[in-house]
Amino acid sequence: MSLTSKDLLGIQGMTADEITTILDTAATFKDVSERDIKKVPALRGKTVINLFYEASTRTRTSFELAGKRLSADVINISTSTSSVVKGETLLDTARNIEAMKCDMIIVRHSCSGAPEFLSKRLKSAVINAGDGFHEHPTQALLDMYTIREKLGKLEGLAIAIVGDIAHSRVARSNIYGLTTMGAKVRVCGPPTMMPRGIESLGARVYCDMNTAVEGVDVIMMIRLQLERQTVGLFPGAREYASFYGLNQARVERAARHVLVMHPGPMNRGVEISSEVADGTPVILEQVTNGVAVRMAVMYLLSGGTNSEA
Amino acid sequence: MSIKEKALILDKAGIDRALTRIAHEILEKNKGARDIVLIGIQRGGVHIARRLASRIHEIERVEAPVGSLDITMYRDDLSTRKSQPVPQATDITFDIQDKVMVLVDDVLFTGRTIRAALNSIMDYGRPRCIQLAVLVDRGHRELPIRADYVGKNLPTSAKEKVEVMLAEDGVEEKIVILGE
Repeated sequence: MSLTSKDLLGIQGMTADEITTILDTAATFKDVSERDIKKVPALRGKTVINLFYEASTRTRTSFELAGKRLSADVINISTSTSSVVKGETLLDTARNIEAMKCDMIIVRHSCSGAPEFLSKRLKSAVINAGDGFHEHPTQALLDMYTIREKLGKLEGLAIAIVGDIAHSRVARSNIYGLTTMGAKVRVCGPPTMMPRGIESLGARVYCDMNTAVEGVDVIMMIRLQLERQTVGLFPGAREYASFYGLNQARVERAARHVLVMHPGPMNRGVEISSEVADGTPVILEQVTNGVAVRMAVMYLLSGGTNSEA
Repeated sequence: MSIKEKALILDKAGIDRALTRIAHEILEKNKGARDIVLIGIQRGGVHIARRLASRIHEIERVEAPVGSLDITMYRDDLSTRKSQPVPQATDITFDIQDKVMVLVDDVLFTGRTIRAALNSIMDYGRPRCIQLAVLVDRGHRELPIRADYVGKNLPTSAKEKVEVMLAEDGVEEKIVILGE
């Protein structure tokens, strides 16, 4: 089984079968990270470039570890120290990298569509590590993996995604993925941060968080970017926390077995209280699962596509 | 598209006898069942490994640990395949350090699967020695690999396909050669 395209640009358009293949493959890669020798030779000798135009700890380290555990050679390029500061364009940067014969480029960029732009012009496989407000597919895959691992399935689950939905690529990818896998998605957040037409993606919109989390199986909190306050999207961190912050009382309104998830980094006391954050180990498991899921994606994209390139 | 069974190599009774003999040979060569562990190679070798373990238990009253090994990520053809095979589970819950490991597979052909298994095992630890038990050896080795215990030696042409069907997979138990 292989993925239908040479790249992973987004969850939109992926079939349930493809998603299931990735999640199943990730399960076996999780074992690799638990053994003493955390390496398999599946990508031996392949070259992987992390091209990150935006800051990242989790995602970049996760991709780097995933590549290294597959025995690939991984290079990190963070643009603040590269020729991008001299004005080199995205395409020139990528073409130059490709001229050094690399097999896979992992891109994070503040412009929606940047990975797709590159994928059409490069022969290498392109993986989207987050583009603008568009998608963050590997985050959604690791979230789905985590839910499936803890709750046994995705179909039919009620999942509440809470926060700045308008600016969240994590929310979008999760909405695409979870609805494709048959889950019922609720989105909740301040009306100023709720994109119009989001229902057309298959999610139900809630303005009141207490109603939104009632009886759900999973609560997924989205990080609030505090800079949004300066443009008037919310009045203040304290008011945000009281209306849309996840505290113990709201956790108790959900199902007994509820999973509390957060893509990180957390603003403690804003979208999630410290009490809840420290009481839920699933958030750290998401990070563990992230490496396994990224290994699975890199493995599945590394097939013999060189022959027809 | 139906592939015809060209020849029946072993029926259920034949498979049973071969496994019983292999179990005895393992115990004979290793002078008992001490420190023996059985590792079945996914997918064909796993059920066979379990059957060998239960025969060893019948004969010697010793429980030999059984594990399963997936070698997908150690294959030598990952760069050249059109699509990547989905790995199965590797399940080795016991320590293999200094153990007499018997790798078990259904069919020994080019030997590349066994080479991958050896590389994979080395990442788990250092057994005292590794022996190989196969139900069918069909020749055509492409690497210098040989089995210690063989159920049946079967000369084949490279184009033929040897299929081992086991009751655990819900089918009638037999070993056949498939033709075009």
